[in-house]
Amino acid sequence: MARDSQAALVALNRFGFGARGGASGDLVNASSDPRGFVKAELSRANGVLLEAPGLQSTPQLGQAVFAYQDQVKQAREAAKAAAPAETPPADQNVPLRRNLSLNAAAEITGQMADAKPAENTVRPEAMQPNVAPPAAKPAPQPLNVIQKTFRAEALARLQRATLVECGFTERLVAFWSNHFCISASKGELARIWAGAFEREAIRPHVLGRFADMLRAVEQHPAMLFFLDNQQSLGPDSRAGQNRKRGLNENLAREILELHTLGVGGGYTQGDVTSLARIITGWTFAGRQGQLGVPGSFVFNTNAHQPGPQVLLGKTYDQAGLAQGEVALADLARHPSTASFIPTKFVRHFVADEPPPALVARLRDVFVKTDGDLKALATALVDSEEAWKAPLTKLRSPYDFLVASGRLLARVPEDPGAYLNNLNLLGQPLWSPPGPNGFPDSNAAWGAPEGIKLRLDIAAQIGARLGNNIDPLDLLQFAAAGAASAETRRTIERAESRQQALALLLMSPEMQRR
Amino acid sequence: MTDCVENRLLTSRRGLLLGGASFAAWAYLPKFARAADGRDPRLIVVILRGALDGLSTVAPLGDPDYAGLHGSIALSADGAHPAIMIDSFFALHPAMPEFARMYRDKHAAVIHAVATPYRDRSHFDGQDVLESGYAGPGRVQSGWLNRALEALPRGERVSSGLAVGPTTPLVLRGNALTVGWAPVALPQADDDTAMRLVELYRHRDPALASALSQGLQLDKVASGDDMKATRGNAVAQMRQVARGAAKLMAADDGPRIAALAFDGWDTHANEGGPVGRLAFLLGGLDGALAEFESGLKDRWRDTVVVVATEFGRTARINGTEGTDHGTATVALLAGGAVQGGRVIADWPGLKLANLYEGRDLKPTTDLRSVIKGVLQDQFGLSDRTLAETVFPDSASARPMKGLVV
Repeated sequence: MARDSQAALVALNRFGFGARGGASGDLVNASSDPRGFVKAELSRANGVLLEAPGLQSTPQLGQAVFAYQDQVKQAREAAKAAAPAETPPADQNVPLRRNLSLNAAAEITGQMADAKPAENTVRPEAMQPNVAPPAAKPAPQPLNVIQKTFRAEALARLQRATLVECGFTERLVAFWSNHFCISASKGELARIWAGAFEREAIRPHVLGRFADMLRAVEQHPAMLFFLDNQQSLGPDSRAGQNRKRGLNENLAREILELHTLGVGGGYTQGDVTSLARIITGWTFAGRQGQLGVPGSFVFNTNAHQPGPQVLLGKTYDQAGLAQGEVALADLARHPSTASFIPTKFVRHFVADEPPPALVARLRDVFVKTDGDLKALATALVDSEEAWKAPLTKLRSPYDFLVASGRLLARVPEDPGAYLNNLNLLGQPLWSPPGPNGFPDSNAAWGAPEGIKLRLDIAAQIGARLGNNIDPLDLLQFAAAGAASAETRRTIERAESRQQALALLLMSPEMQRR
Repeated sequence: MTDCVENRLLTSRRGLLLGGASFAAWAYLPKFARAADGRDPRLIVVILRGALDGLSTVAPLGDPDYAGLHGSIALSADGAHPAIMIDSFFALHPAMPEFARMYRDKHAAVIHAVATPYRDRSHFDGQDVLESGYAGPGRVQSGWLNRALEALPRGERVSSGLAVGPTTPLVLRGNALTVGWAPVALPQADDDTAMRLVELYRHRDPALASALSQGLQLDKVASGDDMKATRGNAVAQMRQVARGAAKLMAADDGPRIAALAFDGWDTHANEGGPVGRLAFLLGGLDGALAEFESGLKDRWRDTVVVVATEFGRTARINGTEGTDHGTATVALLAGGAVQGGRVIADWPGLKLANLYEGRDLKPTTDLRSVIKGVLQDQFGLSDRTLAETVFPDSASARPMKGLVV
């Protein structure tokens, strides 16, 4: 029945990652009890955690980066020592030929043979075309440990998203991960830690308490690195005095502005500075391990600004780590937080303009349960509005690609295609442009170039996979009776299966949630 | 915000879809009755997102407090990389020789101690105020440049392809139709498939129909071998975007008014002095300005490029050899139409008592006055339109006179 299909579409698309193709029967299952279908995932206590063979902890990964960096350094030094005199300058703009005489063919060949692999100034394309290369082109560089880890983490996340039944908890993970985002672009540590950050600081609390997630996030080495807190020293701390360095308010500001109260949430510059002082000393142990296990969170008393601090009118006179933990706990239950978080939550799941009554109800739930995020998610699913509001939100690029993969029942074995397409569509995995994360509005994802690029990607998928599918079956899996007559007709009349698949993936039924 | 350099440039906070900077333009040529004087004015607005350190870009070497406040990253007139003195008081960052040359040729100007009306320190609100043109945050539906376009007489539609930026920066968002272009190496869907989808959207999803139609149109017209997307080098990308934009804007039927945004200026840690991170970025900006100049050819003489950022950074460096969010900063003007060779500043001084809230360069010039002056001189917009529509509630910020030749 059409109405059941419509509710099933809400269950699968608004709350989840869309129906899986093949024999899943998702749409049928969701039709019989849409709310129950969505909520089922919330009761699987461990379903939100992600463990896969080979995924390592943050300290292990940090140590891998330190070791990798040491290797690179040693290789560079060894290369330098081996060819001290004729080492070409590091400036890539200086052609290698600079050092050679005009009648150079033989010498070029000789120089090439002598060049050490670590010198990146050897550029075959800079050679004259008639000079035969002395050796075959070097094979593409094998992936380093950072790239390998990033891809393994991405693959684990993508496989999970493709395989889960509804995908509500994975959507919740993605929401919170974007709320408390870091960016892998920050540097090697951020890139190797991006997946671990989500597994360790986000996932365990997605159905737990907001305050716990907040603390886990702000104490995670990836966040401390991303927003510079590992460099921030209390001006009057021992380290601050010795090293003539001091405060960096980056993390403190974003905690207030983006993670808890929200901009306009009632804090001042003075509060930013106070919080920055309060969390001085929150850092991670470096490669020497003087403070603890390298790559693990540590509180460095020597870097901590001594003495009480006033934040939002309240004095925090605790010593050491407790000062920041108590302050964060208060921020987590601040009235501004209780308003900011539910608004953002409803905006993500329901509409760019969140229904005020629903926001108000979720705010009450957030306050009454002291930030129980499972209660928040349950209240959303139990609401009338979430089922009645039309499916107007555009899927983000990530949602779109995952939904397409699910419908085509293709579990990725390599994350490359996803990562490339996410880059193209402006949502590079775990690499938002700023600490406010990726945007969450139709204005952002519905821009002309973005939609055109989606079509190009859909056409590529169609060309590659269209042969093996029946597009009308897929439409049945994706939307059944909720599919519009126009979409059905457009797919029926397509000139090829390839075209039909592209059109199906781009149909409003697949693009809106 | 984060202070990562290169990769921050790959995407803008508003969801830019591709590597590079965002670029978008008005879809129409302005129609002026005064073709007689042969002027064909062009305007390019460059938004630097992340908050540019104005005191490191154009350093007040003549201010006795500057060196102490900016500490290890302060510029100086001597050393291996001396700052470029542009008058007896101010010096330009050494990474900007092209801008220095334009300045000497009187085709570039600096406005210092300038700020939007926004006085808090959130990037996101600050950018909204900078780009929306409203006096406060929270109004993000349209940008001041778009509203200025609505006030201009509309001529022919631009027919050249346009480059970069699958999303439109807020400053150019609004009712007036805009175009953009993205350098993509992706094989494209064929026309027939696209037309079928447009037809479906027309019946079922008008918003997607409109977006896709526009996207298709842009793609048709955009071309050029040198505009292929390259990855990795942020500075090269800035230049590349500018080169593409200039090529398109130089055409007779090319766009006249455009905006682009470069990200990554949020230098909280290890900002660097004459060399280093900020120097690297400023070098990219300098290269982009040079690309505009060479690409626009004869049209450079009718062009004004406005470079602006959401706010400045702290006068005193922080504990990590960077600067935190501040208030006043610089705005730069470049182009053959600029009445240049000068630093326009009501210098507030850097004594502690003169700093805004004891930490930031105090704003003494309203950025809106600068932009209103340029819009008035280039396009003849009235005081009233500027004060009520383009920059609502800005009557007190009068258009600055004489910025354009």
